Amino acid sequence: MRLRIWGCRGSLATPGPDTVRYGGNTSCIEVRLADGSLVILDAGTGIRPLGLSLEGSGLRRIDLLITHLHLDHLEGLGFFPPLWDPSIELHIWGPVSPMQSLRERIATYLSPPLFPVHLSDVPSQVVFHDAPDDEVRIGSARVLSQPIIHSGPTVGYRLEEGGRILAYLTDHEPAHGADLRRAAPEWVSGFSIAQGADLLIHDCQYTEEEYPAHVGWGHSSTAHVTDFARMTKVGRLVLFHHDPMHADDELERMVARVRELAGTAFDVDLAREGMEIVLR
Amino acid sequence: MTPTGQRSLVLILARDLATSLATPVFVVDEVGDLVFYNEAAGEVFGRPFVEGETMRAEEWGTAFAQTDEDGRPLGPEAIPLWTAFREQRPAHRHLVITGVDGVRRRLSVTAFPLYARADEFVGALAVFWETSGDA
Repeated sequence: MRLRIWGCRGSLATPGPDTVRYGGNTSCIEVRLADGSLVILDAGTGIRPLGLSLEGSGLRRIDLLITHLHLDHLEGLGFFPPLWDPSIELHIWGPVSPMQSLRERIATYLSPPLFPVHLSDVPSQVVFHDAPDDEVRIGSARVLSQPIIHSGPTVGYRLEEGGRILAYLTDHEPAHGADLRRAAPEWVSGFSIAQGADLLIHDCQYTEEEYPAHVGWGHSSTAHVTDFARMTKVGRLVLFHHDPMHADDELERMVARVRELAGTAFDVDLAREGMEIVLR
Repeated sequence: MTPTGQRSLVLILARDLATSLATPVFVVDEVGDLVFYNEAAGEVFGRPFVEGETMRAEEWGTAFAQTDEDGRPLGPEAIPLWTAFREQRPAHRHLVITGVDGVRRRLSVTAFPLYARADEFVGALAVFWETSGDA
């Protein structure tokens, strides 16, 4: 499994000199599986350059796993070149809502007045799937999703291939549902998605000082992500969903804080655009 | 419990809500096990919740020694939480219970089933309102 991060900013695309080291594009990760299949995690603005990089690749099927329908995870979809290619089969997976189907919710964005073209007029072959409660196979990976704590229907994804595990919980506030230092694991949102993962990509939007003013907004602090990673016994933690108000220097202070809290329990990195990770 | 051994997110959030409330709240899972009650409910029940301990429906269904207001004993089916779990519908009634501490209390109880999706029953929740002092 080979990953490339195309966007790791949370909430709002944030270009400019203050974010140039870690990037301003919103959530999007390319996952290449051993059999050549392409899985994409979220369709933030990072999916536009990812799509451009696919030109001439000859791919016929793409699986796009969307964690939730907030704009920073969806707004790039209309600018994803394969969406406009009639030879492409685009499978879009996303969380179940009790009110509307995934197609209906995405069509809310891909239609006027928010977008000039209707979803029904898109030329690619788009197939919608509810995020899987039970394990499904996509290419050479086994994929599982589970609802997690965020505002609105949101899932985390777990991809397993060749005995290696990637867990992706980009917008997640497990501390809202439990005291992470005392709760039994079965009562912690996202635990079974992240448990024992070789790589956990997780929300780290706030510092410990910022979090009290944002309780219930659906995101984690440096302390929470550390507690969650320790509880789930992951091998490596990548901090993701950077707050648009955090410049590069602040992000580096945050990763230093998580490393301080984590000690030697697991490796810690800061997600940045262009970052590549190989799980083998 | 999900196939992966994790509680449904709805139960996690129900527990979080209960933890934040001063009103007694009891939460059962999809098989009827009493998986959580809050601090206020601990006072009604007569003992505090202990993490990791669960009580099967057959146990909590009789643990309250419930009676009607005239003191006639009632079976577990008279407890609204039992109805919400067994029949998966909301229920409400007045009860007199005796907690494990031996104190009798007059209560108004409302319970309702919890669905994660329209067809996915994950448990039930009951709110106990103490309507007066000791019964």
